[in-house]
Amino acid sequence: MEPLIRVHSKTVVIPSSNIDTDQIIPARFLTTTTKDGLGRQLFADWRYASDGSPNPDFVLNRPEARGAQVLVAGRNFGCGSSREHAPWALLDFGFRAVISTELADIFRGNSLKNGLLPIMVDDATSQWLMDHPGAEVDIDLAAARLTLPTGVSVAFPLEAFARHCLLNGIDELGYLRSRMGDIERYEARLPTARSS
Amino acid sequence: MAARTLFDKVWAAHEVVAESPDTPAVLYIDLHLIHEVTSPQAFSVLRGLGLPVRRPDRTLATMDHSTPTSTDQVFGAVPIKVDAAARQVQRLEQNAAEFGVELFAMRDARRGIVHVISPELGTTQPGMTIVCGDSHTSTHGAFGALAFGIGTTEVGHVFATQALLQRKPKTFAVNIEGPLRPGVTAKDLILAVIGKIGVSGGTGHVLEYRGSTIRSLSMDERMTVCNMSIEAGARAGMIAPDETTFAYLKDRPRAPRGALWDAAVARWRELVSDPQAHFDRSVDIDAAALEPMITYGTNPGMVLPIGGAIPDGAGDEILGKALAYMGFHGGDAMLGKRVDVVFIGSCTNGRLGDLQAAASILKGRKVAPGVRLLIVPGSQEVKRAAEAAGYADIFKAAGADWRESGCSMCLGMNGDTVGAGQYSISTSNRNFEGRQGVGARTLLASPYTAAASAVRGLITDPREML
Repeated sequence: MEPLIRVHSKTVVIPSSNIDTDQIIPARFLTTTTKDGLGRQLFADWRYASDGSPNPDFVLNRPEARGAQVLVAGRNFGCGSSREHAPWALLDFGFRAVISTELADIFRGNSLKNGLLPIMVDDATSQWLMDHPGAEVDIDLAAARLTLPTGVSVAFPLEAFARHCLLNGIDELGYLRSRMGDIERYEARLPTARSS
Repeated sequence: MAARTLFDKVWAAHEVVAESPDTPAVLYIDLHLIHEVTSPQAFSVLRGLGLPVRRPDRTLATMDHSTPTSTDQVFGAVPIKVDAAARQVQRLEQNAAEFGVELFAMRDARRGIVHVISPELGTTQPGMTIVCGDSHTSTHGAFGALAFGIGTTEVGHVFATQALLQRKPKTFAVNIEGPLRPGVTAKDLILAVIGKIGVSGGTGHVLEYRGSTIRSLSMDERMTVCNMSIEAGARAGMIAPDETTFAYLKDRPRAPRGALWDAAVARWRELVSDPQAHFDRSVDIDAAALEPMITYGTNPGMVLPIGGAIPDGAGDEILGKALAYMGFHGGDAMLGKRVDVVFIGSCTNGRLGDLQAAASILKGRKVAPGVRLLIVPGSQEVKRAAEAAGYADIFKAAGADWRESGCSMCLGMNGDTVGAGQYSISTSNRNFEGRQGVGARTLLASPYTAAASAVRGLITDPREML
C-alpha cells in the first residue's frame, strides 16, 4: 500500500443520510472475483438511467465532480453490508477520503485497510461542507486535521495504529503476522477445535 | 474480579494480545465461515504471498449469495444462468480444493445460507468468536458467541493468522420484558428495537438482548433477533446461552459428545453477564405492547405497527425521498396497500420455525391472483425438514414457488429479483433502494405478515388469519 500523507482536493457533496452499501455498489455487481474496475459501478443506480446512459442530474456525472478526491456525505455513510467492494469502488473512481458526521463500523474499517480515509466531523463542519460543494479542503493525516478554505481547521478522530499504517504504507497483515508467536502460544492452551 | 458482561467474558477469553493506546487487540477467531462473494480476493492475497490457509480445521465454506434457487439450475442439467455467478461458484470450488478448506458445494445436502448451516451443524457454539465476510454474521450471537461481519481484507487476515486486529467495542444492553402477543414474532420485536434506537443507534457497540422475552424465545427466534443487530448499526448482538441453547445444540453433528459435551455445557453456563455488570448504554422495550411491524421506507428504521399510518414527510428531506421512492404519501395507512411479490426466506427468516409460521397461515388458502409468492428455505436441511413436516405441500397447494436454499431475493444477485416499481413484502433484513432489484420497493415484515399479505394481495394484519 502506498503511504498516504495528505489529501488536497475539491469536494463532491451527496447530502443524503444513511447511504448504504447497496447504493454505493449494488449487489448485482458483486459477482466479480477481483477488486478492479468497480469505479464504473459506483452509485450505479443513481448514476445511470435504466438504458445505461448517465443521469445528467447526478452529481458524479457533472463536470465539476471531475477530479474530486473527497466525498462529503450525510450521516451514517456506508451502513449495511460488509462488502469491501464499497471502498474499492470509491477508490477506483478516484476518491481518497469520505467525510461524514458518522460512518458505519464495518465500512470504516474496510476503508482504512485500503487507504480510503473515513473522516468524522462535527455537525457544524459537515453543514459548512454541505453548503459549499466543490470547496478545496486539505486533509493532513499526520496531524489528523481537516482544513477548510476559510482557514478553519478541525481535528478528526483517527486511531493511532491505523494512522501509523496509512502514513507508512504498512499492511496490517504484516503486523499481525509479526505476532504469530503469541497466536501459537494462545492456541497451545486451547482445547481441540472440533470434537468430530 | 469486577462484574463482567457476556461480551467482556468472550472477548477476554480470545485476547491473544490486549489492546494498547497504540495498537489494537489481537483477537483469536475460533470459526471462520466463508462464501463465494467475499472470499475470492482474499484467496488471491494468500496466493500472492505464498501463504496457506493456516487453520482449515477452523474454516468452513458454503455457497449461498450468488447461487440460483431453481431446482433445474442446482440439480438439473441447466447451467447457472448468471454467468458471473457461475464463475464465482467455480472459483470457490477451486480455492477450497487448493487451500484444503471444507466446502459444501452446490449439490451438497448440507449446503445453505452460511448463517443457517453453521448453527444447524453445531459448529456455532456458545463462547466462540465467529467471523464471516458478511454483516449478518451477528446471527450466531444468538448462541452467546461473539460473531461479527468482516471485510475481505480481514478474511485474508483470518486465513493467514486465525486472528484479527480489533478495538474493543462498547456494550449496549437491550432489556426486553413481557410476553409477545399472538401473531407478534421475533421479527416484529427486532424491527421495533431498530425503530426505537435507529439504524445507527448501535454503531460502535455490541448489543446484548436480555430479559424474560428473550429467554422465552426459541433458537430460531433468537437468531432472527441477533441477525438484524447490524440493521441497528451494531457490530454484533448476543444472547446468553441457556437450556434452550443447550437443547438445540445437543446431538448436532459437530457439537461435542459424551464427556466433552458435559464439560462444554459446564463452561457455557458461565457465559452470562454478571448481575452488577456495567453496560455503556441500555434501552428498555415492553414486548407485551408490540404489534406486528412493517417498514414503509428505505431503511429498516422506517418502521411502524402494521395498523399505523405513514408519518408526514413534509419538511423532512430524508423521509420525503424515501416515500417518493416507495410511491407512498405521508398519512397513508399501511393496511390494504397493494402487494406484487412476497418473499419468505433469508438468513433472517428462512428457518423451519419461520416456514412453520408461514404454513400455519397458508394452510387451506390460496395466494391472491397476480401475486408471486417465493418461499426459499435457508438450507437444504430446512428444505428436507419442511417437506417432511408437510409445509412444502401446503406452500405448493397455495400456489407458492418452493425453491432450493440460498440468499435468493434478499439481494438481487442470483437471478431472483423484484421488478422495478413492484411492491415486495419480504421477510429479509434490508429495504434499501434497489436491494431486491433495480427500482424494487421492499417492505420488511414477519413470515406471518408476509404469508397473510400474499393471500389477500394486500398488506394484511396476520392476526386476522391466525
